[in-house]
Amino acid sequence: MAIVSQVKKSCTVNPLKMSQPLGGALAFMGVCNTMPLLHGSQGCTSFGLVLLVRHFKEAIPLQTTAMSEVATVLGGYENVEQAILNIYKRTSPDLIGICSTGVTEIKGDDVDGFIKVFRKNHPDFINFPLIAVSTPDFSGAFQDGWEKTVTRIIETIAPMPSGRRAETRVNVLPGCHMTPGDLDALRQIFEDFGLEPSFLPDLSGSLDGHIPDDFTPTTLGGISVDEIGKMGRAVWTIAIGAQMRTAAEALERISNVPFRVFERLCGLVANDEFFAFLAEISGQPVPQKYRRQRSQLVDAMLDGHFHTGGCKLAIGAEPDLLFDVGSLLHDMGMELVAVVTTTASPVLDRLPTEEVLIGDLEDLESRAKVRGAEFLITNAHGRQMVARLKLPFFRIGLPIFDRLGAAHIVTVGYQGTRDLIFAIANMLIAHREVHHDVNQASWCPTMEQESL
Amino acid sequence: MTPLNAKIQEVFSEPACGINQGKSEKERKKGCAKQLQPGGAAGGCAFDGAKIALQPFTDVAHLVHGPIACEGNSWDNRGARSSGSALWRTGFTTDMNETDIVFGGEKRLYKAIKEIGEKYDPAAIFVYQTCVPAMIGDDINVVCKAASEKFGRPVIPVNAPGFVGPKNLGNKLAGEALLDHVIGTAEPDYVTPYDINIIGEYNLAGELWQVKPLLDELGIRILSCISGDGKYQEAAYSHRAKAAMMVCSKAMINVARKMNERYEIPFFEGSFYGIGDTSEALREISRLLISRGAPEELMARTEALIAREEAKAYAAIVPFRYRLEGKRVLLITGGVKSWSVVAALQEAGLKIVGTSVKKSTKEDKERIKQIMGEVAHMIEDMTPREMYKMLREARADIMLSGGRSQFVALKAAMPWLDINQERHHAYMGYDGMVELVRQIEKSLYNPIWLQVRRPAPWDGEGRIAKLGMAMAAE
Ligand code: SF4
Repeated sequence: MAIVSQVKKSCTVNPLKMSQPLGGALAFMGVCNTMPLLHGSQGCTSFGLVLLVRHFKEAIPLQTTAMSEVATVLGGYENVEQAILNIYKRTSPDLIGICSTGVTEIKGDDVDGFIKVFRKNHPDFINFPLIAVSTPDFSGAFQDGWEKTVTRIIETIAPMPSGRRAETRVNVLPGCHMTPGDLDALRQIFEDFGLEPSFLPDLSGSLDGHIPDDFTPTTLGGISVDEIGKMGRAVWTIAIGAQMRTAAEALERISNVPFRVFERLCGLVANDEFFAFLAEISGQPVPQKYRRQRSQLVDAMLDGHFHTGGCKLAIGAEPDLLFDVGSLLHDMGMELVAVVTTTASPVLDRLPTEEVLIGDLEDLESRAKVRGAEFLITNAHGRQMVARLKLPFFRIGLPIFDRLGAAHIVTVGYQGTRDLIFAIANMLIAHREVHHDVNQASWCPTMEQESL
Repeated sequence: MTPLNAKIQEVFSEPACGINQGKSEKERKKGCAKQLQPGGAAGGCAFDGAKIALQPFTDVAHLVHGPIACEGNSWDNRGARSSGSALWRTGFTTDMNETDIVFGGEKRLYKAIKEIGEKYDPAAIFVYQTCVPAMIGDDINVVCKAASEKFGRPVIPVNAPGFVGPKNLGNKLAGEALLDHVIGTAEPDYVTPYDINIIGEYNLAGELWQVKPLLDELGIRILSCISGDGKYQEAAYSHRAKAAMMVCSKAMINVARKMNERYEIPFFEGSFYGIGDTSEALREISRLLISRGAPEELMARTEALIAREEAKAYAAIVPFRYRLEGKRVLLITGGVKSWSVVAALQEAGLKIVGTSVKKSTKEDKERIKQIMGEVAHMIEDMTPREMYKMLREARADIMLSGGRSQFVALKAAMPWLDINQERHHAYMGYDGMVELVRQIEKSLYNPIWLQVRRPAPWDGEGRIAKLGMAMAAE
C-alpha cells in the first residue's frame, strides 16, 4: 500500500510528464487513414511530431490549426474549418481527430460546437467522421489524453448493438503503455484461442515500422472506422490498463458489451488470470504452446531471482506502465525505493511500495540517490541522471529516442514477461561485471603483497 | 502597441537583412514568414527558435514558463555539446496547472526562479515566455527584474511566445533579449587584438571544436560564441571583441548588426561548412582583425594555414572520388547550409540534382545557379510524397536532409544522411567536409541497399510469385 503524494515545488525539473494532446494524437494514430490535428499554435504540433518521430523512427501524421496570436484572441473557428478542408483536400482521410491544446482551451474554443457549425456550412461533410477531444496542456498527462480520446472515439462512432453477436469477436482496448509489439503478441494469443480481436487503437498496424508500398501522409494501418462501428457485435471487451476502464464502460453503455479490465499483463499470476479468462470466454483449452511458455516463465523467474532479489529499484513511468512493470519487479524480489509517476490513477496506492510521487525526474534522482537505488527504469530522459548516478538503466515507456526498437519491446504474456526478466537480469549481471565484480585482488587483498 | 509587438516590428524591419531591402514598407510590416496554413504540417514556433538560439549557453538554467507541453514534449532534444556544465540540458519548467491559469502564473514563476537559484546556482537564468502565460497576461519582464534584484543573479526574460511566429522570428527575439539584457554588462579580464565573436553558431555534434584549433593556431581567441558551448559571462563581455563572424544565415543578424552599431564591431556573414567557405571565413576574420589593428602578418599566417589545410582536405577527398563520381544528391535543407556544402560535394564528384530553396533569398538562388548550373532543380516546397517519388524512381541516389524527412528516403529504400540539428557527425571545417564525404560514401555503398530493395519471394518479381504466375499460365 503506497501513499500517493504530489510534490510541493514550483519548478518542475527534468519532466517525466508529457502533455495530454500528444497522448490523444497518438491514440488517433491507431485508427486507419486518420489525420490527427492539434487545435493550437504551430509549435505544439512541431514538438509533438519530433518527439514521436524520434521514438518510433517513423513518419508521423500530425497537423496543426496554426493558431496565431491574433487568431487566439478572435477564436479558432475559421482555423479549424480551413484545417479540415485543407486536410480533406490533400489527404482524403477517413477520420480527422482534433485535440485541443492549452492555448485554445484558455480562449474557450468549443470545438464540438465548431464541428456542428462546420457541418451546417459544409453539408458534404454531414456524415464525415470528425472527433474532437478536450485535452488542455495544463491538466492531466499523456496517459489521460489517450484515455479521453479512445472514449471519445467510442462515443462518437457509437457502435450500435446489433441483433446478433458474433461469438468469436472480442474488443481489445489497450492503454498507451502497450507497444505495437505488445499488440502483435496479444493478437496472436487471442487468435490461438479462436477469437477475433478488434484493437482500438491499433498502433501495431500503423507504427510497427513496416515498409509501405506507397508514401501516404495519413496513418497507414490501424483499425478502420468501419470496424469500430462493428465493435458492438463483440461478446467481450478486454481493457488493458486501468486507464481504459472509462472507455470500456462507454462501450458497455452504448452497445451492451460486457467488459473486463486487466490492470497487468506482465507477470505470472496476471497471465494466469488472463489465460484462464480467455479459455473461459472462448470455450477452448489453453493451447499447448502457452502451457510451455508458462513453464519457461517459471524457469526464468527461478534463474532470474538470484539477480533481481533484493535489488533496490528506482522507477519513473506513467501510472499503468509503472503498475505493470513495477509490480512484476516487486514480484521478482526487487525493492521499489523510489517511485515517480505523472498523473493520478486508482492503481497507484496499490503499488507495492511506501510512497508514490506525482513528480519529475529530479525527484526520482534525489530519492534514488538518498535511498541507494541500484537500478533505474524510466524513459530515455533518464540518461542524464544515470550519467551522474552510474546505475544500470533499462528504458521503458515513451520517449525512447536514443535506442532502437522501442516499438517492439514486449512485456505482455508469459513470453513477454520471460524476455523482460532475462533482459533486466542480463543488464544487472553486465553492470556488476564491469563495476563490482570480485577478482583475486579484491577477494583476497593481501595476495598481491604476498606474491611480491 | 505592446512592447513585444514593438519588438517584433523592429525585428521585421531589420535593415541588414537582404530580403527586407527589397520589400516595401507595407510588406515589411507583415513580417518575414508567410502565414502558416491551418491543416498543414508545422514548423517550430518562435519559442522553439528562441530556445534553439540560446540553449547552447552551457552554464545557464533555461526555465520555460508555461504548461507542460512546451518543455515536457521537447526537452533534451538538441544536438549541441558542452565542454563544461551540463546544466543547459536540464529541463526546467513551471509546468503551469489550472490554478495558475486562473490566478496567474507570476508567483509560481518567481518561486521557480528562487528554487533553481538555491538548488543549481547557475550563472544566469533565462526565462522563456510561452503562449498560455502570454495569453493570461503574465509579465515575465517584471518578474525577472524583481527576481534579479532580489536574488542578485541575472534573470533574463526571453519574450518569444510560440504563437507570435515561426522559429526564425524566435531566433531574432532571442537575440534581442541578449542585446537588451546581457551584452555589455560585464568586462573581460583582458583583451587582445585577436578577439572575435562568433554569432549564431550552436556547436552541434561538437563541430565548433573542429574549427577552434585552427583559430587557436592563428592566435585568434573566440571571446564569445553565441551560443555554442558559450558561457553567460562571455556573452556579457562580448562587446569587447574586435570583430565578429555571423554564422547560419540570417538567424541572428540583428545581434551582429546592433553590436556593430553600438560597439563598432565589424562583422561578416560566413560559414564553416565547405572547404572554400571555411577558407573564406578565416580570411575574413583575419582581414577584419587587421583592420581593427591586429598586425598585418596575421594574413600571411592565415594564408599559409589555408593552403596547408585545403591541400590536406582535398587530398583526403580524392580517394573517394572514383566511388562517388556522378552519384546524384538531393539536398533538402534550410537556406545557406545548402550552398556551402555544395562545393565540397562537387569536389568529391557528386552531382546535385535538386536542392530546397524555401528559405533562400534571391541572391542565394542566383548563387545556387552559379554553382550548380541550371540543371539543378530548385525546389520551393516539395511535399513528402513528391520527394518519395523522386527517390523511388531513382532520380537521385542519396538524400541529405534534416531528421524530419528521413523516413521519406528510408521508406523508399534510399540512402539518407542527416545534415541538420540531430546528426551525430561533425561536418564543420576542413575535417568536417572530409567526414561528410566519408559518410556519404559509407551510406551509398552499404551492402544493405541491394538487399532491402529485393522483393519478397511472394511479391512482384519474387521467386514464388513468378512460379505462381507460371502455374497460373499453364
Ligand atoms: S506554440 Fe506556444 S504553446 Fe505550443 S509549444 Fe510553442 S510556445 Fe508552447
